[in-house]
Amino acid sequence: MEALTIKNLRKIYEGNLVALKGINLNVEEGDFFALLGPNGAGKTTTIGIISSLVTKTSGEVKVLGIDIDEEHSLAKKQIGVVGQEINFNQFEKVGQIIRNQAGYHGLSFRQSKENAEYFMKRLDIWDRRNDKARTLSGGLKRRIMVAKALVNRPKLLILDEPTAGVDIELRRSLWDFLVETNKELGTTIILTTHYLEEAERLCRNIAIIDKGDIIENSGMQELLARLEKETFAMDLDDPLQKVPQNGDFDFKLKDPKTLIVTVKKGQPLNQVFNFLSEQGIKVLSMRNETGRLEELFISLTESNIDKTSLLDSPVGEKD
Amino acid sequence: MNSVETLNAFLTILRKEIGRFTRIWLQTLVSPAIMIALYFVTIGVIIGSRIGEMGGFSFLQWMVPGMVMMSVINNSYSNVLSSFFSVKFQKSIEELLVTPIPHYVILAGWVFGGMTRGIMVAILVAIVSLPFADLHVQNWPLTILVIFLTAMLFSIAGFLNALFAESFDDVSIVPTFILTPLSYLGGIFYSIDMLPEFWRNVSLGNPILYMVNALRHGVLGSSDLSSMNMTVSFALLMIVFFIAVLFIIALWLLNRGKGIRT
Ligand SMILES: Nc1ncnc2c1ncn2[C@@H]1O[C@H](COP(=O)(O)OP(=O)(O)O)[C@@H](O)[C@H]1O
Ligand SMILES: [Mg+2]
Repeated sequence: MEALTIKNLRKIYEGNLVALKGINLNVEEGDFFALLGPNGAGKTTTIGIISSLVTKTSGEVKVLGIDIDEEHSLAKKQIGVVGQEINFNQFEKVGQIIRNQAGYHGLSFRQSKENAEYFMKRLDIWDRRNDKARTLSGGLKRRIMVAKALVNRPKLLILDEPTAGVDIELRRSLWDFLVETNKELGTTIILTTHYLEEAERLCRNIAIIDKGDIIENSGMQELLARLEKETFAMDLDDPLQKVPQNGDFDFKLKDPKTLIVTVKKGQPLNQVFNFLSEQGIKVLSMRNETGRLEELFISLTESNIDKTSLLDSPVGEKD
Repeated sequence: MNSVETLNAFLTILRKEIGRFTRIWLQTLVSPAIMIALYFVTIGVIIGSRIGEMGGFSFLQWMVPGMVMMSVINNSYSNVLSSFFSVKFQKSIEELLVTPIPHYVILAGWVFGGMTRGIMVAILVAIVSLPFADLHVQNWPLTILVIFLTAMLFSIAGFLNALFAESFDDVSIVPTFILTPLSYLGGIFYSIDMLPEFWRNVSLGNPILYMVNALRHGVLGSSDLSSMNMTVSFALLMIVFFIAVLFIIALWLLNRGKGIRT
């Protein structure tokens, strides 16, 4: 069964801003799935629509086969969401915040207490249960968010950039926790991130979103293999009839006078030229043929400077 | 959600709401009670002794139901307004929107929270008034019913205000320019029989006038309602009518995602 099915999902915000251009996405039950993309790609919008915080413009979303429009109550029961920003009242106590979330799901007072205790212990915030949330560090606040999302024991857990602004130690322990949750409870996990390394470390499958479009959807391994390679286009002097064959590189003809070669990153290009010279093929010019995916990755690695964006208000509680 | 789950969710919101205003009790409970006590001392006792009788009662007796009503209105309204607005503002509304809670339960949770605060302040004000005014409630069921319904009406109104408010400035517009003037001109301090014909007729368009006098009827056994050719049941029906209309509007807006979904 599919944990998440998205068909032709479009979102146009007020002011005609097209955030999603009709995306399709399938996530299998039990998967650990990454939605990777730069800022502004549409990740939060997608999650917002799944968790009914954002109204979609058109398209279809199913959670474990349940349509979110037709049976929204049942669909919402299946989902736990960790939002990108802290969204609890920081003047309340940690335990209270998590118990309340269980209560909102309709759990009894006793059941809420029990579930909250279980997840607070699992996430190592049990000894902070009576502290006001605002006294906790950014990383621990993130754990409150995770405990809150899991407290009704959902089958699908969605996390929106869960490690942004979290220090490395807490990031690792959150990763471990998520892997365990996926394995032990069988919870399907979808997380958005703009770190390839995070997706690489955790996820089996990945979709890449950019400017409201899914530009790649594959297994993690296949994607990494693709990123290991580089493509060049060479303009030839004479037209070629036949694609040259060589075990070390992959040749393709775009047109008779344009030869495309794919090489492993780091492989010396001299070998390519030596081979072509032997075949009597003359190259006039050459350019890097970067696809959208490669371009995106270059921009992602350049902009991966960690920004802490945790909403922290220093003022007191007001009526 | 089945009915047990729905009830659990409602009680969770209500508990949280009561927790919120009791946590900051100095601002939410004590401060309004002190303000009203000052009204009793300054206007009621010092100035009131020069005013003499009003509607057949001492000025203080006449004033107490008005003060109770003003507290119920202000506190119910502002409790829901500030609480729901800040939930919207800090985005903790998301905590609710991701769960299967029906919208009417969200609305009811905040409304009952606001009512609890309004009624608690009303009780405090009534206690504060004891040393000043000699009061014997004539009709307890009517008194309780009027307070309950008024608290409900203004809690819903505060909720509506919160749905529309987009900034902290918006939050104070309605209370400052509509609610407070209507309260002060709703006969909390005076009998409308004292007004010239024209202003008396204008006052009849103020719904708060009917509520204040309905409570006066419950507490004192008589009020301006009689001289307005109005029955108590008409005043009650009017409050219920407003409650129904505002409730439907609020629910409709919630369902449309007004102010809570993008
Ligand atoms: N509430 C909103 N109103 C208008 N535009 C929005 C809103 N939220 C997001 N957007 C826009 O939609 C696009 C996608 O944003 P978002 O989904 O937050 O991206 P991501 O989470 O991948 O960074 C961006 O251009 C953003 O500015
Ligand atoms: Mg985002």
